[in-house]
Amino acid sequence: MTVSTGRKIRVMVAKPGLDGHDRGVKVVARGLKDAGMEVIYLGLRLTPEQITEAAIQEDVDAIGLSCLSNAHMTLFPRVAELIREKTNKDIFIIGGGIIPKKDIPKLKEAGIAQIFGPGTPISEISKFIETRLRGGENKDAKS
Amino acid sequence: MAKEITERKEEFRTTVDGTVVKRVYTADDLNKTRQDTSLPGEYPFTRHIMPAGYRGRLWTMRQYAGFATVEETNRRYKYLYKQGNTGFSVAFHLPTQEGYDSDHPLACGEVGKCGVAIDSLQDMEGLWDGIPLADVSTSMTINATAPILLAMYIAAAEKQGADRSKLRGTVQNDILKEYIARNTYIFGPAPSMRLVTDICSYCAQDMPYWNSISISGYHIREAGATAIQEAAFTIANGIAYVQAMIDRGMEVDSFAPRFSFFFAAYTNVLEEVAKFRALRRIWAKIMKERFGAQNPRSLMLRYHVQPDGFTLTDQQPLNNIVRVTLQALAATMGGCQSLHTNSFDEALALPTEQAVQVALRTQQIIAYESGIADTVDPLGGSYYIEWLTDVIEDGTLQYISKIDEMGGALEAIRRGYIQREIAQSAYNYQKAVDSSEQIIVGLNKFVTEEELAPRILEIDETTEKGQIERLKRLKQERDNKKVSEALNRVRQIAQTDENIMPVLVEAVKVYATVGEISDTLRDVFGEYKEPSIL
Repeated sequence: MTVSTGRKIRVMVAKPGLDGHDRGVKVVARGLKDAGMEVIYLGLRLTPEQITEAAIQEDVDAIGLSCLSNAHMTLFPRVAELIREKTNKDIFIIGGGIIPKKDIPKLKEAGIAQIFGPGTPISEISKFIETRLRGGENKDAKS
Repeated sequence: MAKEITERKEEFRTTVDGTVVKRVYTADDLNKTRQDTSLPGEYPFTRHIMPAGYRGRLWTMRQYAGFATVEETNRRYKYLYKQGNTGFSVAFHLPTQEGYDSDHPLACGEVGKCGVAIDSLQDMEGLWDGIPLADVSTSMTINATAPILLAMYIAAAEKQGADRSKLRGTVQNDILKEYIARNTYIFGPAPSMRLVTDICSYCAQDMPYWNSISISGYHIREAGATAIQEAAFTIANGIAYVQAMIDRGMEVDSFAPRFSFFFAAYTNVLEEVAKFRALRRIWAKIMKERFGAQNPRSLMLRYHVQPDGFTLTDQQPLNNIVRVTLQALAATMGGCQSLHTNSFDEALALPTEQAVQVALRTQQIIAYESGIADTVDPLGGSYYIEWLTDVIEDGTLQYISKIDEMGGALEAIRRGYIQREIAQSAYNYQKAVDSSEQIIVGLNKFVTEEELAPRILEIDETTEKGQIERLKRLKQERDNKKVSEALNRVRQIAQTDENIMPVLVEAVKVYATVGEISDTLRDVFGEYKEPSIL
């Protein structure tokens, strides 16, 4: 899978905060790799600052955040804010975990492109990333 | 010639290791060389650890709970107690589990979110306000900071006038599965194993009714392991702990009776029942043959079960009540000593009081209405169950000998072998679900568009602020000279081989915090950085 420039799509996945549940983030990382993307798994127990810095350094197209500890409303928007502050590149952010549905509109308002809950097929995530990079907003994505 | 029988699928396979399942099992399928005709309460305890099973005493109904502040969690505990919950189980928020106070930058957004916030003895005292610790049994899911939180529990109990030698409960204290799956480690394996065995030795001496460790397969399974991998990696960790205690010069029967276990239960009822039967047999044999244990209690695999949270679906959440019922049935027909049942709304958020009540009622209905508690090991003797028990035992022992060859669980973890095996299984499972080879009702089949959104529990954002203020007040009001003296003693003892528990009890009594004590230990032990394994 490549962006229009011909290079492979680069995605960074990471776990902000103290949550250690990493089954989902690892499965998604492998799934996106198998879908032809370059995937960097940054690991767990990271601050939004560390994630932002690494994303800029690695020149990624997208960031995937995973949180199952209920701290997403603090941590996800903070990463989005830092990305806007620190780079002009349009790096978009997606998230997953145990995220109550009522939080999703607020997270989108805060700059998170999409939330993928438990049970999401990996192909849905890879398609979302691909469509978004090829042609702006993904109108078909399930919200 | 008989007419050919058509079946739904070309072949049926177990989920434990993919072995083909036959249409029907008969006496011919049983392994004649095993000759395990033991009765419940007899070595190797395949059928149950006690002769009378639940006819003697039902399992402990122990709901895991903890959120927000100690006041709110204390209210939930009292509610559960009134509803017939017979044991407590504390969920700590992540900063407590990973050795940070609530005002640490890494704690930002996490305070009180997936457990109760405990920074100091003051919080621990509040948690048990009005609950007599001398009379209850408490399980604490705490690992890297287990010595500190156990010290706080002891101190809180003693302040209530309870004698530590009378306290009943369990501290999880299983660091190896943290490196494998759960990820709330702080220090590297060597100092961590020292802290684990400090607790085990201390309890063996001072707390005869306290389970000093709960060797946990639950999180390993939750991270993606198959039933056989769950069994094998847990037993391998158990072997490592027993060996570490023996290496400290402890006699096996002095501590092994207080080793306990914790497993998951999936929805495949028969496989799970067989897993529990196989586990009891495997552990008894290892303790007897490898470690020469003599006390029957050292040979008994006693365990708590939690239905696997991963099996709960976000879609059509009420279906989860049925899943949990099947999983709880597997746990009890398998012979567990203690059980938590998940609430149907846990794929969405922390459970509401109503959802918790349904979960607890599920256990009570199984106990009092289903009849499975009226006879011991009700499925024992089923050809299929006995065959599956053997399959799981064989598969588990194969993994264990592979890990033995590597030099044991610690080395297998260091090489990333166990982590990679689990990650592979997790990925295989995801692919099976994505391709609908594995059907999950409401997720990839029988999907509905309109979904009822259940009410969910929300943690007030003021919890964090309040907890930080409480901590600030504590630091102003306590005797800070005593705190720094106590922390210095913690540092001194950490640098020796002496048991750290007594000095920790002294430190928490003068209100040194979880973060302060952990930082002191970080200075001495350093921190663990996990290798990135996908």
